[in-house]
Amino acid sequence: MEDVRTLTIDRVHQGLRARQFSAGELAREALRIAEKENGKFSSYLHFCPERALEAASRVDAQIAKSEKLGELAGVPVAVKDVISTRSVRTTCGSRLLENYIPPYDATAVIRLESEGAVILGKTNCDEFAMGSSTENSAFCPVRNPVAPDRVPGGSSGGSAAAVAAGQAVVALGSDTGGSIRQPASFCGVVGVLPTYGRVSRYGLVAFASSLDHIGPLARTVKDAATVVGDRIRRGPDVFRRLGCEIREVSLPHTDYAIACYYIIATAEASSNLARYDGVRYTFRTRRDPTLLDMYRNTRGEGFGAEVKRRIILGTYVLSAGYYDAYYLKAQKVRALVARDFTEAFRSVDAILTPVSPFPAFKLGEKMSDPLEMYLSDIYTITGSLAGICGISVPCGRTSAGLPIGMQILAKHFDEHRMLRLAHAFETAGGFEV
Amino acid sequence: MKITEKEVRYVADLANLSLTEEEIRRYCTDLDEILAYVEKLTEVDTSHVEPMAQVLYEAGVGSTLRSDQVRSSFSSEKALSNAPLSGAGHYKVPKVVER
Repeated sequence: MEDVRTLTIDRVHQGLRARQFSAGELAREALRIAEKENGKFSSYLHFCPERALEAASRVDAQIAKSEKLGELAGVPVAVKDVISTRSVRTTCGSRLLENYIPPYDATAVIRLESEGAVILGKTNCDEFAMGSSTENSAFCPVRNPVAPDRVPGGSSGGSAAAVAAGQAVVALGSDTGGSIRQPASFCGVVGVLPTYGRVSRYGLVAFASSLDHIGPLARTVKDAATVVGDRIRRGPDVFRRLGCEIREVSLPHTDYAIACYYIIATAEASSNLARYDGVRYTFRTRRDPTLLDMYRNTRGEGFGAEVKRRIILGTYVLSAGYYDAYYLKAQKVRALVARDFTEAFRSVDAILTPVSPFPAFKLGEKMSDPLEMYLSDIYTITGSLAGICGISVPCGRTSAGLPIGMQILAKHFDEHRMLRLAHAFETAGGFEV
Repeated sequence: MKITEKEVRYVADLANLSLTEEEIRRYCTDLDEILAYVEKLTEVDTSHVEPMAQVLYEAGVGSTLRSDQVRSSFSSEKALSNAPLSGAGHYKVPKVVER
């Protein structure tokens, strides 16, 4: 069997149709490689081989009966461990949910499997998706397959690393302030932030509900497009013929975006995470017989440092006397950040920016200063606040060989144009760096 | 100082979160730095701006909301399946009422 590390969705389709391999054979080989490589990168937290082989056998049954195959038939997929999978552990990278087994599937998972996807396992991430390096995973950090002494970015670092290392053809991640796009750029893969609301959040464990998105990571724009249900047929010649015009645009409130984001996101998180109180979700402290102390100690013992920091900050900005000055003010500034994009999109179809101010950094390099880590989200956060769609596409490497990502942002629900542009850029060979 | 250790204790109390003395000191320092940074929002004139309470203002109601249909939900057995302690179809918690 050919090397599963370099497969694309098209190649899987061809192989299955030509009977070069069965979905079952592919699933077994993909699982073997994914598990073997995991010792090096820790991209996955756990695997679900039974579920994968069941999904593959359904595809093989369809092939045997010459039935029409789904868009993702037989494709090995990784799913970030903040997305609920029925009967398969979903930890959110947290000790508190170490043994949580969801009784239902996220809508995005149902949609993937109904198209024939084969879910291999669940990927490592920052605890409750809070972080930019995956070092906040309660279990172990992920290593960047391109440079193993460096972080893969975060919070969907496991999904980006799995795709980069060939441990899956595509992966699902989640993006609240850049958590798909930034790790995609660090690992040299493609990552899509769909428009807010385009992909159902049902079954995505909530961090900041007005900012949370599910989206794909893949090795090509075309594969990422297939996962969000968009087909790219036309090549770059169309754009060459049309000739893109480059204009400078101004987004004047960008300087306030990080302050705005870290107020709104932490406020929502403090509310969303109130449910982990030792009653419903697996972990309960062994100490203290009183109810209130049971709540407090369960949360104190179960949450990691960054999650606690954000709960404290979010509770503070919502508390009496501070609500207007922080939370309400941030909601108003958010409207201005969104308005900047509305204005800019009057004169352009898409906006190009970097994804991150720097390439993948070394493990441990930025863990001591939380504010510095927050500031690294500057290019991704404005799009998140506005709820528009975006993509990170590889656009070259640093002199040290580290991947660089370019971000393309487009209007609400304008994924098709954004993906065609990204595909044209990718097919034309990206930038020569 | 934007925030004191006393305030961190108060907020942790609101959030039902027990913190060690070391955590209180650390979060006080961290939050002080973060709150000093977010102070820059006061530079923005928002006197004529409505707060952004909904993400897709311009997309129209129908484009973002699914139809409101009744769907089947979990059995209580399933809903209780992740409880650390349950019995007789209920969650069990420490006693809250004195005899």
